Amino acid sequence: MSEKNINLTLNIWRQESPEAKGYFEKFEKEISPDASILEVLDEINNRLEFEGKEPIAFESDCREGICGACGLVINGQPHGPLPKTATCQLHMRNFKDGDTLYIEPFRATAFKILKDLIVDRSGFDKIQVAGGFVSFNTGSAPDGNVILISKEMADQALDAAECIGCGACVAACKNSSAMLFVGAKVSQFALLPQGQPERYERVQAMVKVMDENLFGSCTNTYACEAECPKGISVLNIARMNRDYFMAKLKTGTNE
Amino acid sequence: MIKLDSKIPGGKLSEKWMNHKFNMKVINPANKRKFDIIIVGSGLAGASAAATLGELGYKVKIFTFHDSTRRAHSIAAQGGINAAKNYQNDADSVYRLFYDTIKGGDFRGREANTWRLAEVSNNIIDQCVAQGVPFAREYGGTLANRSFGGAQVSRTFYARGETGQQLLLGAYSSMNRQVNLGNVEIFPRREFLDVVKVDGHARGIIARNLVTGELEKYASQAVVLATGGYMNVYFLSTNAMNSNATAAWRVHKKGAAFANPCYTQIHPTCLPVHGEDQSKLVLMSESLRNDGRIWVPKKAGDTRNPSEIPEEERDYYLERKYPAFGNLVPRDVASRNAKYVCDEGKGIGGGKAVYLDFSDAFNRIGKEGVKDKYGNLFDMYANITGVNPYEVPMQIYPAPHYAMGGLWVDYELMSTIPGMFVLGEANFSDHGANRLGASALMQGLSDGYFIIPYTMGNYLGTEKPEKVDVERSEFKEAQQNVEENINKILSINGKQTVDSIHKRLGHLLIDKVGMSRDEKGLKEVINQIRDLREEFWTDVKVVGDAKDINQTLERAGRVADFLELGELMAKDALNRNESCGAHFREEYQTEDGEALRNDEEYKYVAAWEYKKDGEWELYKEDLEFENVKLATRSYK
Repeated sequence: MSEKNINLTLNIWRQESPEAKGYFEKFEKEISPDASILEVLDEINNRLEFEGKEPIAFESDCREGICGACGLVINGQPHGPLPKTATCQLHMRNFKDGDTLYIEPFRATAFKILKDLIVDRSGFDKIQVAGGFVSFNTGSAPDGNVILISKEMADQALDAAECIGCGACVAACKNSSAMLFVGAKVSQFALLPQGQPERYERVQAMVKVMDENLFGSCTNTYACEAECPKGISVLNIARMNRDYFMAKLKTGTNE
Repeated sequence: MIKLDSKIPGGKLSEKWMNHKFNMKVINPANKRKFDIIIVGSGLAGASAAATLGELGYKVKIFTFHDSTRRAHSIAAQGGINAAKNYQNDADSVYRLFYDTIKGGDFRGREANTWRLAEVSNNIIDQCVAQGVPFAREYGGTLANRSFGGAQVSRTFYARGETGQQLLLGAYSSMNRQVNLGNVEIFPRREFLDVVKVDGHARGIIARNLVTGELEKYASQAVVLATGGYMNVYFLSTNAMNSNATAAWRVHKKGAAFANPCYTQIHPTCLPVHGEDQSKLVLMSESLRNDGRIWVPKKAGDTRNPSEIPEEERDYYLERKYPAFGNLVPRDVASRNAKYVCDEGKGIGGGKAVYLDFSDAFNRIGKEGVKDKYGNLFDMYANITGVNPYEVPMQIYPAPHYAMGGLWVDYELMSTIPGMFVLGEANFSDHGANRLGASALMQGLSDGYFIIPYTMGNYLGTEKPEKVDVERSEFKEAQQNVEENINKILSINGKQTVDSIHKRLGHLLIDKVGMSRDEKGLKEVINQIRDLREEFWTDVKVVGDAKDINQTLERAGRVADFLELGELMAKDALNRNESCGAHFREEYQTEDGEALRNDEEYKYVAAWEYKKDGEWELYKEDLEFENVKLATRSYK
């Protein structure tokens, strides 16, 4: 697997607290091309700790690209240069000896920086709480095969449901829009028969909370889809807009 | 002194749960809202419990150390979830799922629990479909199934390779509905650091706010722990970086018995370790064993490329030793054999890896056919290793994956601390000495959706606990103890980093309490762990303070607990003078090198009560098998 080690210069964002002024700290590091970028941060932190200095705060958990906890802007791109790849899945063999990297947190008005590379993405949960569910109580479900769902519909719903809630779409968007995230959630339910009864209430409730939490509007640059580690399609935004429009027609409100 | 009362109901196996549900107390709807319940952990078990208890009208507070409840490690489960639906008309049934699970666990699990798990498995699928979980479908619109992990029937439901993610998001959505309705309150970025007992019952918790560093006190009338497994005790495992045993361990030290800690599953199909600085191991779904063939060079230390090693110089060791099951033997058998061939020096290039070769499958169904079935796994492999598995055979090696052991619970999922319930991987109850594929998700959701809602009512209805105030002395004392512990860690200011000590613990455990164990090694390792623990408490270095985000401090607390748990794992393995499931003692094997159980002396659950540092008392819960005949597992 491993080739020979490479030397990199890493400029990493440090910020003590939400109010503190941030800055880039520079590290020179020899690394294995098999290491992931988070393992490089681990190594830097081990060295910092050994020297009695504060390690770099960053979030990560599964390191398999599915939990959505990690998320760094690497050389200006959320999750770095590889398409459809979460930060934890970015390996150093994708860089060359002598490269310089700039590593920053996901920046957005709606994502307050808590410390170094950690941001607050709780706005996403608030949107989900507003309507990202089907209302029924445990125990009342009919047999799983009572309602047939075509393979095509199930696959499309899963395409939308694959969103890992990392926030790269928001960080990529010049407006800090969360419409790819919300669109994916709305679409999953809108495509399935189980989601139909609450379809139009759901989209209005979720969009309302999205707006309240300082996420911006969509101006169709598609940067979100380009940076999404799961390749969630902007078609989901179109679906959400259509449902939102329909909802307004059906309910006759202008809110 | 603890009392192990499993509370397994009498009567016919198939009627136990039904009868018990009738016999348990119920609380009228208007009274449910008078009860506060704390849930710790928001994976499948915790989130599903929060959703269902909220639906019933209880007031639920749920805690997670993540920024969002959706990040819990259940999300990373790939393969699928079992249910006895028999949709494929292939003779599946609740009995068959029950029997496979008991046998797969090498007859070290409870019959009644395992039956109940199989019984509610079908409800879980219905529940998830109703939530809008987009399971894989056939063209006709029905749910699709596949066979998984060596099962001889197709009973596994799945959503591509992301079943855990979809099930967790389903539970998360149901829980969010209850948040919306005001029945559930979420406390993210909080780490559970101790349980508070009032008159012997669990009545609250101490949690650290991971952003402000403050220690917070919360009171309730019952506490539910759903904090997952402890496999990160090995440092390198397939568990997420933050998975830990701290909640379970601190509860153990407050009086909850810890059962079968030596039952740890080392999963056969993971990516090999690439270097000392690696942070975690990655699992490849074991569905790959359906079409991949496992082999090593016959000659030790062979460094040729795999393409240069002719067929006759390859050892397809699983097919050779187990002609009936071949590459589909259970996880423990596959893992142990990989270790053996590598210990003989036959691993790839003399190292710790074996080939998983799809050449035959390429010839049979073409590369496109393989891509259809395993495309995402092949991509994942290529991404991580930088090697194209369509050209060069994959390399795999076993990695610590799942803890069958955990806090002891009775049939109602209550620990030996009254009012403290334990769900999911954190308890010991359903998998015996080895867990089968696609049954972890099943257990987490079974516990949360369909068991705790009933048994919680029985506890609250029987005990009728009063509300307690967090200003009571019990809360203050618990908070003070936690604070002292944190200050002690911060004040050591030694020379070793937390990770370096954790790594050393991991090496000790994987070597001596891993895939194979023996008396000598276990006795040695107990002393080595004690020494390492001593080193930790005199020489660890934790930078920073406890007043804001300090991830090193978080890890330090967890490693301190792992250093105690590791000793108990070794002690339990030393006590169990037999081989069963994932616990393989070199001294106890058949002539063919298979696990040799000793049903006469060890047909029991080993439940350990904490006495003081390095000292435990063993309690035994005898396992009764009235419905299955104890057989020797054979996969030949």
